[in-house]
Amino acid sequence: MASASMAASPGNWAAARQGTGVAYVEDPIRAFAIATMFWGIVGFLVGVVIASQLAWPALNLGLEWTSFGRLRPVHTSAVIFAFGGNALLGTSLYIVQRTCRARLWGGEEMGWWLFWGYQFFIVTAALGYVLGVTQGKEYAEPEWFSDLWLTVLWVMYLLAYAGTIMRREEPHIYVANWFFLAFIITVALLHIGNNVSLPLALTSTFSYAAPAGVQGAMIQWWYGHNAVGFFLTAGFLGMMYYFIPKQAERPVYSYRLSIVHFWSIIFLYIWAGPHHLHYTALPDWAQTLGMVFSVMLWMPSWGGMINGIMTLSGAWDKLRTNAGLRFSVTAVAFYGMSTFEGPVMSIKAVNSLSHYTDWTIGHVHSGALGWNGFITFGALYWLIPVLWKRARMWSEALIAWHFWLATLGIVLYITAMWVSGIMQGLMWRAYDELGFLQYSFIETVAAMHPYYVIRALGGVLYLSGAILMAWNVFKTITAGEEVEEARVAAPAAQPVPAE
Amino acid sequence: MHELQSLFNSLWVLWFFVLFGGILVWVLWPTRKKTWEERGKMILRDDDRAEKG
Repeated sequence: MASASMAASPGNWAAARQGTGVAYVEDPIRAFAIATMFWGIVGFLVGVVIASQLAWPALNLGLEWTSFGRLRPVHTSAVIFAFGGNALLGTSLYIVQRTCRARLWGGEEMGWWLFWGYQFFIVTAALGYVLGVTQGKEYAEPEWFSDLWLTVLWVMYLLAYAGTIMRREEPHIYVANWFFLAFIITVALLHIGNNVSLPLALTSTFSYAAPAGVQGAMIQWWYGHNAVGFFLTAGFLGMMYYFIPKQAERPVYSYRLSIVHFWSIIFLYIWAGPHHLHYTALPDWAQTLGMVFSVMLWMPSWGGMINGIMTLSGAWDKLRTNAGLRFSVTAVAFYGMSTFEGPVMSIKAVNSLSHYTDWTIGHVHSGALGWNGFITFGALYWLIPVLWKRARMWSEALIAWHFWLATLGIVLYITAMWVSGIMQGLMWRAYDELGFLQYSFIETVAAMHPYYVIRALGGVLYLSGAILMAWNVFKTITAGEEVEEARVAAPAAQPVPAE
Repeated sequence: MHELQSLFNSLWVLWFFVLFGGILVWVLWPTRKKTWEERGKMILRDDDRAEKG
Protein backbone atom coordinates (compact mmCIF):
# COMPACT_ATOMS: atom_id res chain seq x y z
CA MET A 1 0.00 0.00 0.00
CA ALA A 2 1.43 3.29 -1.07
CA SER A 3 -0.32 5.14 1.72
CA ALA A 4 1.33 2.99 4.38
CA SER A 5 4.81 3.39 2.96
CA MET A 6 4.70 7.14 2.77
CA ALA A 7 4.03 7.59 6.43
CA ALA A 8 7.45 9.06 7.12
CA SER A 9 6.98 12.78 7.58
CA PRO A 10 4.00 14.51 9.14
CA GLY A 11 3.71 16.72 6.09
CA ASN A 12 3.00 13.97 3.62
CA TRP A 13 -0.59 13.37 4.57
CA ALA A 14 -1.50 16.84 3.44
CA ALA A 15 0.45 16.51 0.26
CA ALA A 16 -1.13 13.24 -0.68
CA ARG A 17 -4.75 14.15 -0.71
CA GLN A 18 -5.36 15.16 -4.27
CA GLY A 19 -6.23 13.48 -7.49
CA THR A 20 -9.36 11.32 -7.43
CA GLY A 21 -10.78 13.20 -10.37
CA VAL A 22 -13.98 14.12 -8.52
CA ALA A 23 -14.68 17.84 -8.11
CA TYR A 24 -15.46 17.86 -4.42
CA VAL A 25 -17.38 20.72 -2.83
CA GLU A 26 -14.88 22.35 -0.47
CA ASP A 27 -15.57 26.08 -0.05
CA PRO A 28 -18.57 25.67 2.28
CA ILE A 29 -16.57 23.10 4.27
CA ARG A 30 -13.81 25.68 4.79
CA ALA A 31 -16.50 28.04 6.02
CA PHE A 32 -17.78 25.38 8.43
CA ALA A 33 -14.25 24.88 9.77
CA ILE A 34 -13.85 28.60 10.46
CA ALA A 35 -17.32 28.83 11.98
CA THR A 36 -16.44 25.89 14.27
CA MET A 37 -13.40 27.81 15.51
CA PHE A 38 -15.36 31.06 15.90
CA TRP A 39 -18.35 29.58 17.77
CA GLY A 40 -16.02 27.45 19.86
CA ILE A 41 -14.33 30.53 21.25
CA VAL A 42 -17.68 32.30 21.75
CA GLY A 43 -19.09 29.26 23.56
CA PHE A 44 -16.02 28.72 25.76
CA LEU A 45 -15.91 32.44 26.58
CA VAL A 46 -19.57 32.52 27.67
CA GLY A 47 -18.82 29.37 29.70
CA VAL A 48 -16.02 31.18 31.51
CA VAL A 49 -18.34 34.14 32.11
CA ILE A 50 -21.13 32.07 33.66
CA ALA A 51 -18.67 29.98 35.68
CA SER A 52 -17.33 33.26 37.06
CA GLN A 53 -20.87 34.46 37.77
CA LEU A 54 -21.39 31.40 39.96
CA ALA A 55 -18.19 32.22 41.87
CA TRP A 56 -18.75 36.00 41.95
CA PRO A 57 -22.48 36.79 41.55
CA ALA A 58 -21.80 40.52 41.05
CA LEU A 59 -20.80 39.59 37.48
CA ASN A 60 -24.49 39.14 36.66
CA LEU A 61 -24.25 42.96 36.40
CA GLY A 62 -27.81 43.34 37.65
CA LEU A 63 -29.12 43.25 34.07
CA GLU A 64 -31.68 40.73 32.85
CA TRP A 65 -29.80 40.15 29.57
CA THR A 66 -26.53 39.21 31.27
CA SER A 67 -27.99 37.14 34.10
CA PHE A 68 -26.90 33.54 34.56
CA GLY A 69 -30.33 32.18 33.63
CA ARG A 70 -30.20 33.77 30.18
CA LEU A 71 -26.52 33.27 29.45
CA ARG A 72 -26.44 29.61 30.44
CA PRO A 73 -28.44 28.43 27.37
CA VAL A 74 -26.28 30.73 25.24
CA HIS A 75 -23.25 28.77 26.52
CA THR A 76 -24.77 25.29 26.13
CA SER A 77 -26.21 26.00 22.68
CA ALA A 78 -23.05 27.73 21.51
CA VAL A 79 -20.81 24.82 22.42
CA ILE A 80 -23.17 21.96 21.50
CA PHE A 81 -25.04 23.28 18.47
CA ALA A 82 -22.80 26.06 17.18
CA PHE A 83 -19.30 24.67 17.84
CA GLY A 84 -20.28 20.97 17.74
CA GLY A 85 -22.93 21.42 15.04
CA ASN A 86 -20.65 23.30 12.64
CA ALA A 87 -17.93 20.70 13.25
CA LEU A 88 -20.38 17.88 12.52
CA LEU A 89 -21.86 19.49 9.40
CA GLY A 90 -18.46 20.40 7.99
CA THR A 91 -16.68 17.12 8.67
CA SER A 92 -19.67 15.00 7.63
CA LEU A 93 -19.92 16.77 4.28
CA TYR A 94 -16.17 16.31 3.81
CA ILE A 95 -16.22 12.65 4.80
CA VAL A 96 -19.30 11.64 2.80
CA GLN A 97 -17.77 13.02 -0.42
CA ARG A 98 -14.37 11.40 0.13
CA THR A 99 -15.61 8.00 1.24
CA CYS A 100 -18.22 7.86 -1.53
CA ARG A 101 -15.86 9.42 -4.09
CA ALA A 102 -18.78 11.55 -5.18
CA ARG A 103 -19.55 15.26 -5.33
CA LEU A 104 -22.00 16.60 -2.76
CA TRP A 105 -25.61 16.22 -3.87
CA GLY A 106 -26.82 19.73 -4.62
CA GLY A 107 -23.28 21.00 -5.19
CA GLU A 108 -21.80 24.26 -3.91
CA GLU A 109 -25.25 25.84 -3.58
CA MET A 110 -26.40 23.11 -1.22
CA GLY A 111 -23.24 23.50 0.86
CA TRP A 112 -23.67 27.28 1.14
CA TRP A 113 -27.38 27.03 1.90
CA LEU A 114 -26.66 24.57 4.73
CA PHE A 115 -23.90 26.82 6.03
CA TRP A 116 -25.79 30.13 6.07
CA GLY A 117 -29.07 28.50 7.06
CA TYR A 118 -27.42 26.94 10.09
CA GLN A 119 -25.66 30.17 11.13
CA PHE A 120 -29.01 31.96 10.87
CA PHE A 121 -30.58 29.38 13.18
CA ILE A 122 -27.78 29.83 15.73
CA VAL A 123 -28.08 33.60 15.75
CA THR A 124 -31.90 33.67 16.04
CA ALA A 125 -31.80 31.10 18.83
CA ALA A 126 -29.07 32.90 20.79
CA LEU A 127 -30.72 36.32 20.41
CA GLY A 128 -33.91 34.78 21.73
CA TYR A 129 -32.17 33.44 24.85
CA VAL A 130 -30.66 36.81 25.71
CA LEU A 131 -34.03 38.56 25.20
CA GLY A 132 -35.91 35.95 27.23
CA VAL A 133 -37.57 34.12 24.32
CA THR A 134 -37.31 30.45 25.29
CA GLN A 135 -39.35 27.27 25.56
CA GLY A 136 -37.59 26.54 28.84
CA LYS A 137 -36.67 23.01 27.74
CA GLU A 138 -33.04 22.17 28.37
CA TYR A 139 -31.04 21.94 25.10
CA ALA A 140 -34.32 22.57 23.22
CA GLU A 141 -34.76 26.22 24.17
CA PRO A 142 -35.37 27.73 20.69
CA GLU A 143 -38.97 28.81 20.16
CA TRP A 144 -41.33 27.44 17.51
CA PHE A 145 -40.25 29.69 14.61
CA SER A 146 -36.55 28.79 15.00
CA ASP A 147 -37.56 25.14 15.35
CA LEU A 148 -39.46 25.21 12.06
CA TRP A 149 -36.49 26.81 10.30
CA LEU A 150 -34.14 24.14 11.66
CA THR A 151 -36.55 21.37 10.57
CA VAL A 152 -36.50 22.57 6.95
CA LEU A 153 -32.72 22.94 7.05
CA TRP A 154 -32.21 19.52 8.58
CA VAL A 155 -34.36 17.77 5.96
CA MET A 156 -32.22 19.43 3.27
CA TYR A 157 -29.11 18.18 5.09
CA LEU A 158 -30.51 14.64 5.05
CA LEU A 159 -31.29 14.96 1.32
CA ALA A 160 -27.78 16.23 0.58
CA TYR A 161 -26.18 13.48 2.63
CA ALA A 162 -28.32 10.61 1.38
CA GLY A 163 -28.15 11.97 -2.18
CA THR A 164 -24.36 11.89 -2.07
CA ILE A 165 -24.38 8.33 -0.77
CA MET A 166 -26.80 7.28 -3.53
CA ARG A 167 -24.47 8.55 -6.26
CA ARG A 168 -21.35 6.97 -4.70
CA GLU A 169 -18.70 5.24 -6.80
CA GLU A 170 -17.43 3.17 -3.88
CA PRO A 171 -19.55 0.01 -3.47
CA HIS A 172 -19.37 -0.12 0.33
CA ILE A 173 -20.72 2.68 2.55
CA TYR A 174 -17.89 3.37 5.00
CA VAL A 175 -18.87 3.06 8.68
CA ALA A 176 -18.38 6.78 9.45
CA ASN A 177 -21.32 7.47 7.13
CA TRP A 178 -23.51 5.03 9.05
CA PHE A 179 -22.87 6.99 12.24
CA PHE A 180 -23.49 10.33 10.51
CA LEU A 181 -26.73 9.05 8.95
CA ALA A 182 -27.94 7.78 12.33
CA PHE A 183 -27.08 11.21 13.74
CA ILE A 184 -28.98 13.10 11.03
CA ILE A 185 -32.09 10.89 11.06
CA THR A 186 -32.38 10.57 14.84
CA VAL A 187 -31.81 14.27 15.49
CA ALA A 188 -34.63 15.04 13.00
CA LEU A 189 -36.91 12.64 14.86
CA LEU A 190 -35.98 14.02 18.30
CA HIS A 191 -36.22 17.63 17.24
CA ILE A 192 -39.71 17.20 15.81
CA GLY A 193 -40.90 14.91 18.62
CA ASN A 194 -39.85 17.27 21.40
CA ASN A 195 -41.00 20.49 19.77
CA VAL A 196 -44.67 19.80 19.06
CA SER A 197 -46.13 23.01 20.38
CA LEU A 198 -48.84 25.57 19.72
CA PRO A 199 -47.87 29.25 19.31
CA LEU A 200 -50.02 31.75 21.22
CA ALA A 201 -50.59 33.48 17.89
CA LEU A 202 -48.82 33.48 14.54
CA THR A 203 -47.31 36.81 15.51
CA SER A 204 -46.25 35.61 18.96
CA THR A 205 -42.78 34.42 19.85
CA PHE A 206 -44.22 32.19 22.60
CA SER A 207 -45.83 28.78 22.48
CA TYR A 208 -47.22 26.03 24.67
CA ALA A 209 -45.88 22.47 24.42
CA ALA A 210 -48.47 19.89 23.38
CA PRO A 211 -47.63 17.20 25.96
CA ALA A 212 -47.87 18.27 29.60
CA GLY A 213 -46.81 16.94 32.99
CA VAL A 214 -44.82 13.76 33.32
CA GLN A 215 -45.39 12.85 29.66
CA GLY A 216 -43.87 16.17 28.68
CA ALA A 217 -40.92 15.55 30.99
CA MET A 218 -40.37 12.07 29.56
CA ILE A 219 -40.45 13.34 25.98
CA GLN A 220 -38.04 16.15 26.94
CA TRP A 221 -35.51 13.69 28.36
CA TRP A 222 -36.05 11.17 25.59
CA TYR A 223 -34.93 14.12 23.48
CA GLY A 224 -32.28 15.33 25.91
CA HIS A 225 -30.44 12.09 26.39
CA ASN A 226 -30.57 11.17 22.73
CA ALA A 227 -29.15 14.57 21.88
CA VAL A 228 -26.20 13.26 23.88
CA GLY A 229 -26.45 9.85 22.22
CA PHE A 230 -26.89 10.86 18.62
CA PHE A 231 -25.64 14.45 18.36
CA LEU A 232 -22.68 14.30 20.75
CA THR A 233 -21.91 10.59 20.40
CA ALA A 234 -22.95 9.06 17.06
CA GLY A 235 -22.00 12.12 15.03
CA PHE A 236 -18.62 12.51 16.71
CA LEU A 237 -17.99 8.77 16.40
CA GLY A 238 -18.36 9.33 12.66
CA MET A 239 -15.49 11.80 12.98
CA MET A 240 -13.47 9.33 15.04
CA TYR A 241 -13.86 6.51 12.51
CA TYR A 242 -12.56 8.73 9.72
CA PHE A 243 -9.96 11.05 11.21
CA ILE A 244 -8.14 8.68 13.58
CA PRO A 245 -7.37 6.16 10.80
CA LYS A 246 -6.39 9.07 8.54
CA GLN A 247 -4.10 10.61 11.16
CA ALA A 248 -2.57 7.26 12.13
CA GLU A 249 -2.38 6.24 8.45
CA ARG A 250 -3.72 2.80 9.24
CA PRO A 251 -7.17 1.26 9.04
CA VAL A 252 -9.39 1.12 12.10
CA TYR A 253 -8.32 -1.64 14.54
CA SER A 254 -11.33 -3.85 13.83
CA TYR A 255 -13.79 -2.86 11.16
CA ARG A 256 -16.14 -5.63 12.30
CA LEU A 257 -16.13 -4.23 15.83
CA SER A 258 -17.07 -0.84 14.40
CA ILE A 259 -20.20 -2.39 12.84
CA VAL A 260 -21.12 -4.12 16.12
CA HIS A 261 -20.41 -0.80 17.91
CA PHE A 262 -22.81 0.95 15.54
CA TRP A 263 -25.72 -1.47 15.87
CA SER A 264 -25.47 -1.88 19.64
CA ILE A 265 -25.53 1.90 20.10
CA ILE A 266 -28.53 2.14 17.78
CA PHE A 267 -30.40 -0.58 19.67
CA LEU A 268 -29.60 0.68 23.19
CA TYR A 269 -29.25 4.47 23.31
CA ILE A 270 -32.83 5.44 22.60
CA TRP A 271 -34.05 3.81 25.87
CA ALA A 272 -31.67 5.52 28.31
CA GLY A 273 -33.48 8.88 28.70
CA PRO A 274 -35.53 8.06 31.86
CA HIS A 275 -32.34 8.09 33.97
CA HIS A 276 -32.71 11.90 33.95
CA LEU A 277 -35.99 11.49 35.87
CA HIS A 278 -35.10 9.15 38.75
CA TYR A 279 -37.28 9.60 41.85
CA THR A 280 -39.79 11.79 40.04
CA ALA A 281 -43.44 11.25 39.03
CA LEU A 282 -42.21 8.98 36.22
CA PRO A 283 -43.38 5.37 36.82
CA ASP A 284 -40.82 3.19 38.57
CA TRP A 285 -40.67 0.66 35.75
CA ALA A 286 -39.68 3.40 33.29
CA GLN A 287 -36.92 4.60 35.64
CA THR A 288 -35.59 1.06 36.00
CA LEU A 289 -35.76 0.57 32.23
CA GLY A 290 -33.69 3.72 31.71
CA MET A 291 -31.17 2.61 34.31
CA VAL A 292 -30.75 -0.90 32.86
CA PHE A 293 -30.28 0.36 29.32
CA SER A 294 -27.79 2.97 30.51
CA VAL A 295 -25.72 0.30 32.24
CA MET A 296 -25.85 -1.89 29.12
CA LEU A 297 -24.54 1.02 27.06
CA TRP A 298 -21.25 0.76 28.88
CA MET A 299 -20.26 -2.24 26.76
CA PRO A 300 -20.65 -0.86 23.22
CA SER A 301 -19.12 2.41 24.37
CA TRP A 302 -16.01 0.69 25.59
CA GLY A 303 -15.94 -1.49 22.48
CA GLY A 304 -15.81 1.70 20.46
CA MET A 305 -13.16 3.22 22.71
CA ILE A 306 -10.94 0.13 22.38
CA ASN A 307 -11.45 0.23 18.63
CA GLY A 308 -10.40 3.88 18.41
CA ILE A 309 -7.37 3.61 20.67
CA MET A 310 -6.13 0.26 19.32
CA THR A 311 -6.09 1.75 15.82
CA LEU A 312 -2.76 3.15 17.00
CA SER A 313 -1.40 -0.28 17.87
CA GLY A 314 1.99 -0.55 16.19
CA ALA A 315 2.09 3.20 15.64
CA TRP A 316 2.16 4.54 19.18
CA ASP A 317 5.26 6.61 18.38
CA LYS A 318 3.03 8.90 16.30
CA LEU A 319 1.58 10.22 19.55
CA ARG A 320 4.97 11.72 20.33
CA THR A 321 5.37 13.49 17.00
CA ASN A 322 1.80 14.32 15.99
CA ALA A 323 0.09 16.58 18.53
CA GLY A 324 -3.12 16.63 16.49
CA LEU A 325 -3.40 12.86 16.77
CA ARG A 326 -2.72 13.19 20.50
CA PHE A 327 -5.93 15.25 20.72
CA SER A 328 -7.95 12.59 18.89
CA VAL A 329 -6.68 9.71 20.99
CA THR A 330 -7.08 11.56 24.28
CA ALA A 331 -10.62 12.35 23.12
CA VAL A 332 -11.35 8.64 22.82
CA ALA A 333 -9.92 8.08 26.31
CA PHE A 334 -12.31 10.74 27.63
CA TYR A 335 -15.12 9.04 25.69
CA GLY A 336 -14.30 5.87 27.62
CA MET A 337 -14.16 7.72 30.92
CA SER A 338 -17.42 9.56 30.59
CA THR A 339 -19.26 6.53 29.19
CA PHE A 340 -18.15 4.65 32.29
CA GLU A 341 -19.13 7.44 34.67
CA GLY A 342 -22.53 7.90 32.98
CA PRO A 343 -23.81 4.35 33.57
CA VAL A 344 -22.57 4.50 37.17
CA MET A 345 -24.50 7.73 37.74
CA SER A 346 -27.63 6.28 36.11
CA ILE A 347 -27.87 3.62 38.86
CA LYS A 348 -30.67 4.82 41.11
CA ALA A 349 -28.71 4.49 44.37
CA VAL A 350 -25.82 6.55 42.97
CA ASN A 351 -28.21 8.98 41.31
CA SER A 352 -29.90 9.72 44.64
CA LEU A 353 -26.58 11.27 45.68
CA SER A 354 -25.43 12.73 42.37
CA HIS A 355 -28.63 14.14 40.85
CA TYR A 356 -29.08 17.93 40.85
CA THR A 357 -25.49 18.35 42.11
CA ASP A 358 -22.34 19.62 40.41
CA TRP A 359 -21.22 16.03 39.87
CA THR A 360 -23.55 15.99 36.85
CA ILE A 361 -21.96 19.19 35.53
CA GLY A 362 -18.50 17.62 35.93
CA HIS A 363 -19.65 14.48 34.10
CA VAL A 364 -21.10 16.47 31.21
CA HIS A 365 -17.88 18.44 30.86
CA SER A 366 -15.58 15.43 30.87
CA GLY A 367 -17.65 14.31 27.88
CA ALA A 368 -18.01 17.71 26.23
CA LEU A 369 -14.54 19.20 26.80
CA GLY A 370 -12.68 15.90 26.66
CA TRP A 371 -14.51 13.88 24.04
CA ASN A 372 -16.36 16.34 21.78
CA GLY A 373 -13.87 19.18 22.08
CA PHE A 374 -10.71 17.12 21.67
CA ILE A 375 -11.99 14.96 18.79
CA THR A 376 -12.98 18.19 16.99
CA PHE A 377 -9.59 19.83 17.62
CA GLY A 378 -7.82 16.67 16.41
CA ALA A 379 -9.97 16.55 13.27
CA LEU A 380 -9.42 20.25 12.54
CA TYR A 381 -5.65 20.03 12.96
CA TRP A 382 -5.70 17.39 10.24
CA LEU A 383 -8.37 19.00 8.07
CA ILE A 384 -7.22 22.65 8.03
CA PRO A 385 -3.95 21.96 6.14
CA VAL A 386 -5.79 19.60 3.79
CA LEU A 387 -8.58 22.09 3.01
CA TRP A 388 -6.23 25.02 2.44
CA LYS A 389 -3.61 22.91 0.62
CA ARG A 390 -0.92 23.50 3.20
CA ALA A 391 1.90 21.10 3.96
CA ARG A 392 1.18 21.18 7.71
CA MET A 393 -0.14 23.37 10.49
CA TRP A 394 1.83 26.59 10.93
CA SER A 395 3.17 25.64 14.36
CA GLU A 396 3.38 22.14 15.83
CA ALA A 397 4.58 23.65 19.14
CA LEU A 398 1.38 25.69 19.49
CA ILE A 399 -0.66 22.48 19.06
CA ALA A 400 1.29 20.93 21.92
CA TRP A 401 0.70 24.04 24.06
CA HIS A 402 -3.00 23.88 23.22
CA PHE A 403 -3.08 20.20 24.18
CA TRP A 404 -1.50 20.66 27.61
CA LEU A 405 -3.43 23.84 28.47
CA ALA A 406 -6.72 22.19 27.55
CA THR A 407 -5.91 18.93 29.34
CA LEU A 408 -4.93 20.76 32.52
CA GLY A 409 -8.11 22.84 32.22
CA ILE A 410 -10.28 19.72 32.01
CA VAL A 411 -8.53 18.08 34.96
CA LEU A 412 -9.11 21.18 37.12
CA TYR A 413 -12.71 21.39 35.94
CA ILE A 414 -13.78 17.79 36.54
CA THR A 415 -11.91 17.23 39.81
CA ALA A 416 -13.37 20.48 41.22
CA MET A 417 -16.87 19.38 40.23
CA TRP A 418 -16.43 15.88 41.67
CA VAL A 419 -15.42 17.26 45.05
CA SER A 420 -17.96 20.05 44.99
CA GLY A 421 -20.81 17.82 43.73
CA ILE A 422 -20.30 14.95 46.13
CA MET A 423 -19.91 17.40 49.01
CA GLN A 424 -23.09 19.16 47.94
CA GLY A 425 -25.02 15.87 47.74
CA LEU A 426 -23.75 14.75 51.16
CA MET A 427 -24.61 18.11 52.75
CA TRP A 428 -28.16 17.98 51.36
CA ARG A 429 -28.80 14.59 52.93
CA ALA A 430 -27.09 15.21 56.29
CA TYR A 431 -29.37 15.06 59.34
CA ASP A 432 -28.61 15.96 62.93
CA GLU A 433 -29.42 13.69 65.92
CA LEU A 434 -32.93 15.15 66.16
CA GLY A 435 -33.73 14.38 62.52
CA PHE A 436 -33.47 17.95 61.24
CA LEU A 437 -31.52 18.85 58.11
CA GLN A 438 -28.03 19.79 59.23
CA TYR A 439 -27.29 22.42 56.58
CA SER A 440 -29.31 25.17 55.00
CA PHE A 441 -29.08 25.55 51.22
CA ILE A 442 -26.94 28.69 51.45
CA GLU A 443 -24.35 26.82 53.53
CA THR A 444 -23.82 24.38 50.65
CA VAL A 445 -23.42 27.32 48.26
CA ALA A 446 -20.80 28.91 50.50
CA ALA A 447 -18.94 25.60 50.85
CA MET A 448 -18.76 25.24 47.06
CA HIS A 449 -17.22 28.67 46.43
CA PRO A 450 -13.53 27.57 46.26
CA TYR A 451 -14.41 24.82 43.78
CA TYR A 452 -16.32 27.31 41.62
CA VAL A 453 -13.16 29.41 41.44
CA ILE A 454 -11.09 26.35 40.44
CA ARG A 455 -13.69 25.45 37.81
CA ALA A 456 -13.57 28.96 36.33
CA LEU A 457 -9.77 28.72 36.20
CA GLY A 458 -10.07 25.38 34.35
CA GLY A 459 -12.36 27.09 31.85
CA VAL A 460 -9.88 29.94 31.35
CA LEU A 461 -7.14 27.40 30.54
CA TYR A 462 -9.39 25.59 28.06
CA LEU A 463 -10.35 28.89 26.41
CA SER A 464 -6.68 30.00 26.21
CA GLY A 465 -5.83 26.78 24.39
CA ALA A 466 -8.60 27.43 21.87
CA ILE A 467 -7.32 30.98 21.28
CA LEU A 468 -3.86 29.57 20.53
CA MET A 469 -5.52 27.21 18.08
CA ALA A 470 -7.39 30.03 16.35
CA TRP A 471 -4.10 31.92 15.93
CA ASN A 472 -2.44 28.79 14.59
CA VAL A 473 -5.29 28.22 12.13
CA PHE A 474 -5.15 31.85 11.00
CA LYS A 475 -1.38 31.65 10.39
CA THR A 476 -1.72 28.30 8.61
CA ILE A 477 -4.25 29.75 6.20
CA THR A 478 -2.47 33.06 5.60
CA ALA A 479 1.20 32.11 5.93
CA GLY A 480 1.44 28.31 5.93
CA GLU A 481 3.83 26.46 3.67
CA GLU A 482 1.96 25.55 0.50
CA VAL A 483 1.88 22.02 -0.84
CA GLU A 484 4.30 21.72 -3.74
CA GLU A 485 2.97 20.02 -6.86
CA ALA A 486 6.06 17.81 -7.11
CA ARG A 487 5.44 16.45 -3.63
CA VAL A 488 1.86 15.68 -4.53
CA ALA A 489 2.98 13.41 -7.31
CA ALA A 490 5.96 11.87 -5.59
CA PRO A 491 4.40 9.56 -2.98
CA ALA A 492 2.25 7.72 -5.50
CA ALA A 493 5.45 6.81 -7.40
CA GLN A 494 3.46 6.91 -10.61
CA PRO A 495 2.87 9.54 -13.25
CA VAL A 496 -0.13 11.63 -12.33
CA PRO A 497 -2.17 12.80 -15.32
CA ALA A 498 -2.84 16.50 -15.48
CA GLU A 499 -6.35 17.41 -14.44
CA MET B 1 -57.32 -6.36 22.80
CA HIS B 2 -55.30 -6.20 25.98
CA GLU B 3 -54.00 -9.76 25.59
CA LEU B 4 -53.07 -8.99 22.00
CA GLN B 5 -51.09 -5.96 23.10
CA SER B 6 -49.08 -7.89 25.68
CA LEU B 7 -48.49 -10.64 23.13
CA PHE B 8 -47.12 -8.13 20.63
CA ASN B 9 -45.03 -6.45 23.32
CA SER B 10 -43.31 -9.78 23.96
CA LEU B 11 -42.99 -10.54 20.25
CA TRP B 12 -41.35 -7.15 19.77
CA VAL B 13 -38.64 -8.03 22.33
CA LEU B 14 -38.13 -11.38 20.61
CA TRP B 15 -37.94 -9.72 17.19
CA PHE B 16 -35.25 -7.29 18.40
CA PHE B 17 -33.23 -10.15 19.88
CA VAL B 18 -33.43 -12.10 16.63
CA LEU B 19 -32.62 -9.01 14.58
CA PHE B 20 -29.61 -8.03 16.70
CA GLY B 21 -28.40 -11.66 16.89
CA GLY B 22 -28.70 -11.85 13.12
CA ILE B 23 -26.60 -8.70 12.73
CA LEU B 24 -23.92 -10.20 15.00
CA VAL B 25 -23.82 -13.43 12.99
CA TRP B 26 -23.72 -11.47 9.72
CA VAL B 27 -20.82 -9.30 10.90
CA LEU B 28 -18.78 -11.94 12.72
CA TRP B 29 -19.17 -14.85 10.26
CA PRO B 30 -15.56 -16.09 9.82
CA THR B 31 -15.54 -16.29 6.02
CA ARG B 32 -16.46 -12.61 5.76
CA LYS B 33 -13.52 -11.44 7.89
CA LYS B 34 -11.35 -10.55 4.86
CA THR B 35 -14.13 -8.61 3.14
CA TRP B 36 -14.74 -6.48 6.22
CA GLU B 37 -11.02 -5.80 6.62
CA GLU B 38 -10.80 -4.67 3.01
CA ARG B 39 -13.70 -2.28 3.58
CA GLY B 40 -11.90 -0.80 6.56
CA LYS B 41 -8.87 -0.01 4.39
CA MET B 42 -10.98 1.82 1.85
CA ILE B 43 -10.48 5.30 3.30
CA LEU B 44 -6.70 5.07 2.99
CA ARG B 45 -6.98 4.29 -0.72
CA ASP B 46 -8.40 7.62 -1.81
CA ASP B 47 -4.99 9.26 -1.62
CA ASP B 48 -3.34 7.37 -4.43
CA ARG B 49 -6.06 6.75 -6.93
CA ALA B 50 -4.91 9.57 -9.17
CA GLU B 51 -4.53 7.15 -12.05
CA LYS B 52 -8.23 6.29 -11.97
CA GLY B 53 -10.53 7.70 -14.67
